[in-house]
Amino acid sequence: MKTKSQVQINKEWDIVGARQMGRELAKEMGFGTVDQARIATAISELARNIYLYADKGAVTFEIEEDLNKKGLKIIASDQGPGIADLSKVMEDGYSTSGGLGAGLPGVKRLMDYFDIVSEPESGTTITTIKWVR
Amino acid sequence: MEPLDVKNYRSLLKKYIDSEDETSLYQADQFSKLSIQQNISPEEIINVHIQALQELYPNLPKEIDLSMNFLLETMISYGLAYQEFQSLREKQGEIESELSVAANMQDTLLSTTKPEISGFDIGAISVPAHQMNGDYHHFVIDSSKNLGIAIADVIGKGVPAALAMSMIKYSLDSFPDSLRTPDVILENLNRVVERNVDTSMFITMFYGLLNPESGLLQFSSAGHEPGFYYCAKSDEFHEIKTKGIVLGVSESATYEQFDIQMEVGDMVVLLTDGVTECRVGDRFIEPDEMLDVIRKYMHLPAQEAVDLVYRHFERLQDFHLRDDFTLIFLKK
Repeated sequence: MKTKSQVQINKEWDIVGARQMGRELAKEMGFGTVDQARIATAISELARNIYLYADKGAVTFEIEEDLNKKGLKIIASDQGPGIADLSKVMEDGYSTSGGLGAGLPGVKRLMDYFDIVSEPESGTTITTIKWVR
Repeated sequence: MEPLDVKNYRSLLKKYIDSEDETSLYQADQFSKLSIQQNISPEEIINVHIQALQELYPNLPKEIDLSMNFLLETMISYGLAYQEFQSLREKQGEIESELSVAANMQDTLLSTTKPEISGFDIGAISVPAHQMNGDYHHFVIDSSKNLGIAIADVIGKGVPAALAMSMIKYSLDSFPDSLRTPDVILENLNRVVERNVDTSMFITMFYGLLNPESGLLQFSSAGHEPGFYYCAKSDEFHEIKTKGIVLGVSESATYEQFDIQMEVGDMVVLLTDGVTECRVGDRFIEPDEMLDVIRKYMHLPAQEAVDLVYRHFERLQDFHLRDDFTLIFLKK
């Protein structure tokens, strides 16, 4: 059974709301302090991207349960302009050079699974998972 | 020492708190270096610290615990930045090794053998400022046993310059013997460069053709840094005067041909601007200073002399060349 919850991202304050929800879920699921902090940072990054580049979107949380492992799945989706050159945004030093934050490579490092689908003009969906260790 | 072992860290921390000794601090220093080697991020170290602290002092005020968590949060982005830095450093290593492969390939492509010609002594050295050389020199002996000497410089450095030089070499090789007088060679090369090279790139070249029997050197220049002629009889250096537009600017450029009759003891010095524009501190060296250095070594065998002149300028510039350096001595 999957538990689902969602935070809409419309204004900057919603980023904090998304972090809060993610952290509480992570805590309940038994993530350690460091991983909780990593998850919160990844959520920040994803939610801020929505806020900055897409105006509107949502961060959705799902609890993934496998036979032998349990993880927190975070899906950030928006209906924004999309990303034309995915390999560029996944390159180290691309977004961070302007001091904008960890960027998507950072999110990938913070999480265990990372996938991105983006269509120009129709939006971007990023799916990430962190497994409980 | 196991780097992220809480037990180790805890006993180290306890030892320090009890004794405040320098030994524990030295061990902490070792611990941090080991952690870097094993790609342990700062937030993980703080986490170990938090755990050790809680085990040592279970009754610490809640505020301390909370403040430690706060610190951990603030370190997450530092950890990420550090990992990014590591991966960029690896990438840089890859690029550097790729460049050095390219530089080796360039050496092979542009290699030239210094010919042995009786009655003459030739020395040549060419050192790039960076990995790839934007200077070029080439010796060729034609069917009538004349020696062709080319020296060229691409305005612009690095990989594009080096690529342009390969083109020049293969064009030169493809010209038939019948077209081997300096003026005709430059005229033909000019057309090749004009058609094939980006308009922002210019190539200067000096081409000389020596008849070893008579000692007559014919030459033309496409805007190349003027060389020098040492006349043994008068014991003086003269600038080798030429005129001609750099390669690649005008499709219909033609080049004037000049000549020098070399006598025994005379010497021709060919160079690129990496030699003449050698910088000492904030200023370029004066031509006379450069000629003094050449004069100091020119009595030696030509190869030894150019090597020593290069060493002299390398030292003068603190072993850091700002431009590719090519120097050729042709002694009779």
